[in-house]
Amino acid sequence: MQSRSPIRAVVRGALLGLLFLAFIVAVWEGAKALGGDPWRFTDAAGNETVYTPPFKWSIVDDLSLPHVWKVWDALNAPVQRQQEQSLAAYLVGAAVYTGREAALGFLVGGLLGLALAALFVHSKLAERAFMPYIVASQTIPILALAPLICLAFGNGLVGIVIVASYLTFFPVTIAELRGLTSPDPRAVELMRSVAASRWTIFWKLRMPASLPYLFAALKIAATASIVGAIVGEGNPGGSQFGLGRAILNFNEQYITGPEKLWAAMIAAALLGLAFFVAVRLLELFTLRGRPNAALG
Amino acid sequence: MSGQPGTSVVAISGVSKVFETAGGRTTALEDINLSIAPGEFVSLIGPSGCGKSTLLRLIGDLTAPTSGTVTINGKPARRARLDREYGIVFQAPVLFDWRTVQANVALPLEVKGMGAAERDARVRAMLELVELKDFARHHPYQLSGGMQQRVSIARALSIEPSILLMDEPFGALDEMTRERLNTEVQRIWQQTETTVVFVTHSIPEAVFLSSKVVVMSPRPGRIVRVIDIDLPRPRTDDTRESTRYFSLITEVRETLRGRRAEGGDGAPVASAERTMAEGAVG
Repeated sequence: MQSRSPIRAVVRGALLGLLFLAFIVAVWEGAKALGGDPWRFTDAAGNETVYTPPFKWSIVDDLSLPHVWKVWDALNAPVQRQQEQSLAAYLVGAAVYTGREAALGFLVGGLLGLALAALFVHSKLAERAFMPYIVASQTIPILALAPLICLAFGNGLVGIVIVASYLTFFPVTIAELRGLTSPDPRAVELMRSVAASRWTIFWKLRMPASLPYLFAALKIAATASIVGAIVGEGNPGGSQFGLGRAILNFNEQYITGPEKLWAAMIAAALLGLAFFVAVRLLELFTLRGRPNAALG
Repeated sequence: MSGQPGTSVVAISGVSKVFETAGGRTTALEDINLSIAPGEFVSLIGPSGCGKSTLLRLIGDLTAPTSGTVTINGKPARRARLDREYGIVFQAPVLFDWRTVQANVALPLEVKGMGAAERDARVRAMLELVELKDFARHHPYQLSGGMQQRVSIARALSIEPSILLMDEPFGALDEMTRERLNTEVQRIWQQTETTVVFVTHSIPEAVFLSSKVVVMSPRPGRIVRVIDIDLPRPRTDDTRESTRYFSLITEVRETLRGRRAEGGDGAPVASAERTMAEGAVG
């Protein structure tokens, strides 16, 4: 009955992703070939060959945009001069650390968003009372708020999780409220006609009807939670570990090693992608059997 | 059937309904009195705005009357709703697209808290009744409009309601599907002996199905006349070609136009004719 299997959809998505990655690398190096700094190659005998690009664009010079293979080399080199740990190992550790905070923030923010939406769908009064503050909360720059939250809750996990959930609850609240109110009014009447309680209407009608909306919001929240965790780590009250700290450190060392910052950014992007794919898989599983579930 | 023999399933007395809107007060229904006996098939017919759907919703306790009382099997409509005495079919099937056909039919039984084994048996029986048992595991979007509406009828009947409310259930379907489903509804009604209140725009449909046709006029909505349909059962395609069928259709039509109103004062009936013409455009 279901014409597209979720697994095939994912495999196809992954192949397309790899193709696009190759395209980006081609554009990246192509731009450097046209307007970057001179390329230097050393062969096994120690002879150096130099290729000088025809143009000179500062935006693609070796400081702004290091060669892809320089980033690759940096991943295998030690993270600091006197350390044994490679940059790759360091970044994997940092990503796991940040991912844990982001996952907790995603969970807390998601549940908070769900709870608020469930409250608002049953009480117009509560919605009118709280919604302006919820909207206002999102206009405060997280950069200003993160140090306050992290200092207030002490260095470490709790503050960072709060910062991450601060960014994730909002899209979930808005989309889930829309989803919970999405059923046809006649569907609600149908439930009432068989004496269904509000609780039953919520679980058997509103909640399942809201799921496509919820997953749209969770995909936004998945990536926002990582931004939140990184911002939470990378501030004075933040953390000694994680991608946020790595990005701050590598920012300071940018002149001597731009590859490291690029590597950290790529690590953050991959972490975000992993979160997104996880939510997408959950969506495909949860919405299987619905019309166009695979398209969502 | 619940309710003692001889008493009415539905008793509506002195009911009026006024809607308060930004534009002022609209009287949707005025002084409605109607009694429906057990096992009857009653159609409400009238032009747009005559309040026939509002009357159906009042019977089902989906809205409350401004004045007057609605009694179902001797108890207030609210009590009847909480006792799960209603089955409802809307113009759209209103199926839950995340549930299979059988899960949709099972929904009212789940709400009621019926055990899984009994529920499955009931769902199977209902799907057999509407001749859809081969589609139990399909999802609604895989079915045609007519089949979806049959699922919605099965869902309404699953709870074994003492009264089935149908609000223009075949209004969105093509004429051929509609006629086939009319025959099917008649069969289901005779098999289940459920009392049916049926809202429609279609005079032939009302005459073909009903034991009584309630003709209504708009602004404010009133009952102009109740016409007994004495066509023999079961009604078939031959019925649709009989002289008696045509003369009853004419009678309903002329009552709608205000030429045969009994005891009606001319004014609201005349407005019925006018709105019928307007309604035909929409």
